Parts: sequence; structure tokens; C-alpha cells
Amino acid sequence: MTVERDRMPGSENLSNTPRIRVLVAKLGLDGHDRGAKVVARILRDAGMEVIYSGLYKTPAQILEAAIQEDVDVIGVSLLSGSHVPLFAALGSLLRDQQADHILLVAGGVIPEQDYDALMNSGVDVIVPQEARSDVIVSAIRDLVDARGRI
Amino acid sequence: MTLVTRSATPKRGIYRPSADLVPKVLAGSRPDIARMISRAEAGYDEASDALAALYRHAGRAHVIGVTGVPGGGKSSLISALIRAYSGDSHKVAVVAVDPSSPYSGGAILGDRIRMGDSAEAQQAFVRSMATRGYLGGLARATLQAVDVLDAAGYSPIFIETVGVGQDEVEVVTAAHTVVVLSPPGLGDDIQAIKAGVTEIADIHVVSKGDKPDAAATASALRGMMSLTPLGRPSEWETPILTLSVATGDGILDLKQCLDSHHAHLVTSGELALRQRSISRTRVLATLNHLLRREFDENTTNLAAHLQAVADRSSDPMTAALALLGLNRMEAKP
Repeated sequence: MTVERDRMPGSENLSNTPRIRVLVAKLGLDGHDRGAKVVARILRDAGMEVIYSGLYKTPAQILEAAIQEDVDVIGVSLLSGSHVPLFAALGSLLRDQQADHILLVAGGVIPEQDYDALMNSGVDVIVPQEARSDVIVSAIRDLVDARGRI
Repeated sequence: MTLVTRSATPKRGIYRPSADLVPKVLAGSRPDIARMISRAEAGYDEASDALAALYRHAGRAHVIGVTGVPGGGKSSLISALIRAYSGDSHKVAVVAVDPSSPYSGGAILGDRIRMGDSAEAQQAFVRSMATRGYLGGLARATLQAVDVLDAAGYSPIFIETVGVGQDEVEVVTAAHTVVVLSPPGLGDDIQAIKAGVTEIADIHVVSKGDKPDAAATASALRGMMSLTPLGRPSEWETPILTLSVATGDGILDLKQCLDSHHAHLVTSGELALRQRSISRTRVLATLNHLLRREFDENTTNLAAHLQAVADRSSDPMTAALALLGLNRMEAKP
């Protein structure tokens, strides 16, 4: 990583610019968060502010955290196989609470035959396991740009 | 393999003017409180009138600063206090500060992990905040976030500082009550007599009280408190509490202690003094921010001056004066 020493604390670059805020979340009975932590680190290094939810959260807990933290993006990592019902629950909660300006990103182990179901639940992007970090970062930036300032 | 993106129309955001958020914040609407805090953090000029209006509605909350070393147990302690206060039907809020990367500007905000699980915590308002380059243990917008939550009726409001070293004491001019957390096993009793963070406590807490070294840490703090004259003269005798979030021991004692400190501030008249000192810090910090912004917007030749200082054809004082449009400091008689 190139160290930009002009951007050390006290430099003007850190304040006064809205930063993309992302809630990296683990839903349901799924204790594997190495991947979620790696993605959190990638997004941090891309200049985003990442809130990590911790493990074993319900869709309602994730919604409340996303609202209080006013995030632009919820990124959910699921390796448990229950992604279809959990994303359906989270997507409908977001719509019910008028929080569907929040972009929804799905990652983890998600078989191709479930892509349509997730998209219909309100997922904006599915990140396959092979996705490169720079691709994830630019997809999030593009989506937030397209959505506009809130 | 590339990403799979939805082919339907992408989501669109609607920007609602900050003035429209004010009545909703006052009515306690959580999405609007959250959005108002984001606007304060971003420093939008458009939000300044709304924040000014909210400031005038605030001032009722008991603001409690919690500070201490990284990993000392600040988030866990606040989580336990959320549970203790929620039982008394308080609306509890937390502003938890974590550092921004000095390189990317990004941040991992992890305080929430330890705060979010209980049913009570779902009623509390927990906001994570990155320092965004601001030094001193808080973020520039921390106290604006406290204003927003205060105006919305939350009290007590906890400010969790970044994990501090020895000298990040800004929280003392931000909160009414300062809790300094010392976990056991981090050095001998010379640490306890150093200046800085250990001096600013209204309440000393030894965390992780179930660990064997906790008694020694409490004893070192007691020794320090018995020897040194109080840095801030007051009738309040700073208590030293040992507690354990894991076992729950001591949490209710701390809650009682926080409440009696607040009562002491009110009856002794010290609350008014602290409010004034908080105001002073805030006005000067805002002034500093505005001057810096004006400087940044009107300075085009910074790079040349920096290079000259690096080449030693100039020096820091000459360059700074030149950037201010001055030739030399006027000598004061």
C-alpha cells in the first residue's frame, strides 16, 4: 500500500467530505466471519467507514443498526445456506420502514440458482467468492453515486 | 467472475432539507436523528441553521464521558450501563468514537458489537463515529451529535472516546461527568502518578474486576488519589470502583455513583461552571475549524511553501507567516 503521508491527522482531507458508511452484517446462525472481516478491511482501506454488526443478528437488529448508523450500504455475508429467507425478511423490513434507500449487497456462499430470488428481495449486488477487492469497492462507489446524496 | 447487479432501476435517494428534519428530531424519530447526525459530521453548511435550532432545544441531558486505554472495556461497560438505566425507563444514547485511518480516511467502527444485543439496547440509540482526523479522543461532530440526541430527549448520553493513550483529555471539556477506566495488569504504580488521563476522572473505574490483578490496580489508584492534591478543586471526592461486566458486580454501584455525581454538580453549582467550560471549548473549536476552512479555501501556494521548508530554503515559521500574508511577527514590547 502506498502511504500517503500528506493525509496524516490534521490534514484537511479527512474532514468535510461525506464518507460512504457501510454496515457489514452477519445474519442468523452463521458463525463464520473471516470473510466479513476481510471485506470490512478492504472497504476501510478504500476510505469507507465500516460498522461491523457482530455475529448472530436478526433482520430486525440489522435494520435498527442501519437506521441508527445512517449507513449507505448494508453488506451481508451469509455462509449458512439460509440466504433466501433471510434476505427476503431483511428486504421487506427495509421497505416497510422506508429505509430502502439503503443499498443491499450480498456475499458469501450463494448458488447461482438463488440469484433471482435475492434480486427480487431487494438485493442490489451479489458478490461471488471470486470477486476482486477493487471490483467490490468500485461497485459500491458507483451504486452510492447513482443513488445520490440523502 | 464479475459481480451480479440488479438490472432493474437503481435506488435513488431523496435529499430532505435539514430544516424539515428538526421537528422530527424533536419528536424523537430515529431515522431523522440519525440523518441529522450525518449532516453534522459531513459539515454541510445547509445543516448549520438546523443544528443551531437543535442546540437551543438541548441542555437537559446528563452527558457522561467514558475514557480509557484501547481494550480496557469501555464498550462493554456502557453496554451494561444501558441495561441498568433502561430499567429506570431512561432513553439512553451513546456516541462511540473510533479512529479513522490516517492513510485511507476509512475506519472500522466496532464499538457497537458489544452494545447491540439485549432488548434494552434495541431501545437505546447507539451511534458510531470516526474521528476523521480530529485529535484529542473525540470527533469534530461528537458534541453536535450529543446536541441532536439531547434535543430528542435522550438522557443520559454516553460519549465513548477512542482508546486513549496518556494525553487525550478533551472529553473533560465535553462531558459533565468523566469516567476513567483502568483495566488491571497494565504497568506498575508509576503509571498511576503520571499526569494526563488519570487526573481528569470524576469517577475511577477498575474494569475486569474478576481478574486477579484488579485489587493491585485499585490500590495503585487509591495511592495516587491520596497523595496528589485534586487537580480540579471540588467538594467531590473521586471514588474508585472495581467492577466486572462479566459477573455484573459493581455495575449498579457505578450507576448510583453517576447519579450522585450529577446531583452534586447541580447542588454545588458546578454544573453551570462545567457548561461554561464546555461552551468555551466548543466556540474555540468551531472558530478554529472555520479559520482553517477559510485558509484551505483561499490558499493556493501551499505546496510551494512546503517544498521550500523541505529544501531548507525556508523554515516553518517563515512559511506560516507568508501563508498568512505577513513578513514577520510583530515583536511585542
